[in-house]
Amino acid sequence: MTRLVALLLAALILALPLSLLAGKVWIDPFDPQVRNAAIILTELRLPRAVLALVLGAGLGGAGAAMQGYLRNPLADPGLFGIAPSAALGAVLSLFLGLTAAWALPLFALVGAGGAMALLGIIAGREGNVALFTLAGMMIASLAGALTSLAISLSPTPFAMSEIVTWLMGALADRSWREVWIAAPLTLAGLGFLWAAGRGLDALTLGEAAARSLGLEPNRMQALIILGVGLTVGASVAVAGIIGFVGLMVPHLIRPFTDRRPSSLLLPSALAGALLLLVADCLCRVLPTVGELRLGIALSLVGAPFFLHLLLKLRKGLA
Amino acid sequence: MLEADGLVLGKRLAGLSAALRPGEVTAICGPNGAGKSTLLACLAGLLAPDAGRALLDGEPIAALPPRVRARRVGYLPQSPELAWDVTGETLVGLGRLPWQAAPLHRRHASAAEDALAVEEAIAAMDLAGLRHRPVSRLSGGERSRVLVARVLAGRPQWLLADEPLANLDLAHAATLIARLKEQARAGVGVVLVLHDLAAAMNHADRVLVLHQGQLAADGPPPLALTEDTIAGVWGVRARWLGEPLRHALLLSE
Repeated sequence: MTRLVALLLAALILALPLSLLAGKVWIDPFDPQVRNAAIILTELRLPRAVLALVLGAGLGGAGAAMQGYLRNPLADPGLFGIAPSAALGAVLSLFLGLTAAWALPLFALVGAGGAMALLGIIAGREGNVALFTLAGMMIASLAGALTSLAISLSPTPFAMSEIVTWLMGALADRSWREVWIAAPLTLAGLGFLWAAGRGLDALTLGEAAARSLGLEPNRMQALIILGVGLTVGASVAVAGIIGFVGLMVPHLIRPFTDRRPSSLLLPSALAGALLLLVADCLCRVLPTVGELRLGIALSLVGAPFFLHLLLKLRKGLA
Repeated sequence: MLEADGLVLGKRLAGLSAALRPGEVTAICGPNGAGKSTLLACLAGLLAPDAGRALLDGEPIAALPPRVRARRVGYLPQSPELAWDVTGETLVGLGRLPWQAAPLHRRHASAAEDALAVEEAIAAMDLAGLRHRPVSRLSGGERSRVLVARVLAGRPQWLLADEPLANLDLAHAATLIARLKEQARAGVGVVLVLHDLAAAMNHADRVLVLHQGQLAADGPPPLALTEDTIAGVWGVRARWLGEPLRHALLLSE
């Protein structure tokens, strides 16, 4: 376990400087001839890399916690409708043509907060997991429908294209401002998920046995809503929808742990950070006409991965 | 003492009172729907009764903080789920969760105590050879022993198990019940919901017979599980054969 964490940390330490050098303009550390190298590094690539680390850690950790909470390897942080609701908030700010820099993240966070509150109210005091999941799926589908409505009613073609592009999720052109918005929220969210760790372990044995081990279902649920809400909400607020990280990463990591949900949390956060950093780097480097959107790239990789997973599960059942 | 004090819960428990003693194996028997599992869950503090109380050493169990209760009362549900394919040892270790630190709380046992308790539980259920095996590769009987060991690892004063012998073949059932009796001799209060009346007759120190949410009989097995009680509660005529500890039940019709 600790070896895994050390390995992931080493990979991150190696990947971070490399990612700073990579891009449409390659920076050679031994040949400081590139113009504006310092500015490119500190104002463009570094914040972007840090953002990738922060969001990847949040999404990876949230995915691990969700799978543990729902006791299902196919669970994804998107299931609870927090990401679509945050996206709806962001889309509304674009729809209304609000240009203030704070408007979009604020609207997205309000959207995420609304979904979290709604989940809390619907799922109620008992902490029933099935009810909770259904509520989340309904919130997701409602937010999705409202987002589509906003697109179809958008006042100008410009707003429409802005919304559609934004929904695809990307880390391009992000600055330190986005880092300051996302980092504290993600850290707080990961803190809540960490606090849920032992409860998630207890849930391995099912709800009744977990309660007999001292688990309080409503407290657990509150921790999960807060943890997933803050990490996912923060990521949508600054980068749009980045799918599949929360689904894929815990899967890739699980075989290398003792499979307890709590021992999956930290490695998943680290691996999520690594995945997003590398993926964003590849998006930058690939010789496409425009830059490939990170959200699209991850879905292109993620969907086949999911299918592979389903095939494997089917074999396991047969 | 673990007591049910006038427990009422829906139509499943109708004002049931009983006081269970530590150091004994108590079997809860009764036909389907008699309220056995409900009683067990109430005694474990997992179900809140509509009326009445479950008391642990005179204290209402509902008033205990969940983690305190969890350290004193171990509970094994009827059909345990296992979400993740952990190894036997990791699974047994989950029994230590109530002793470990919750965030912002102090831990109640050192890591060394945790390790020792896990070792003892593994030894008690004879699992040394299985500890590194994923649970998906254990047989039903082996898995049952691992699950009981999980409860034992918490070193509870009470071990409540719902149908622990279900799905076990003769040999595994005999092994498990022998291990549970050892625990009772060591002072643990062992409370088992049992369908197998012969197992209750042969191995329990005391039997509670439940019928429609009430106590139909309560006492040492030969007094509680009389042929008349069986006829009245289960509606079948049956005869006990054999000698003490080797009783078998023969249906007469």
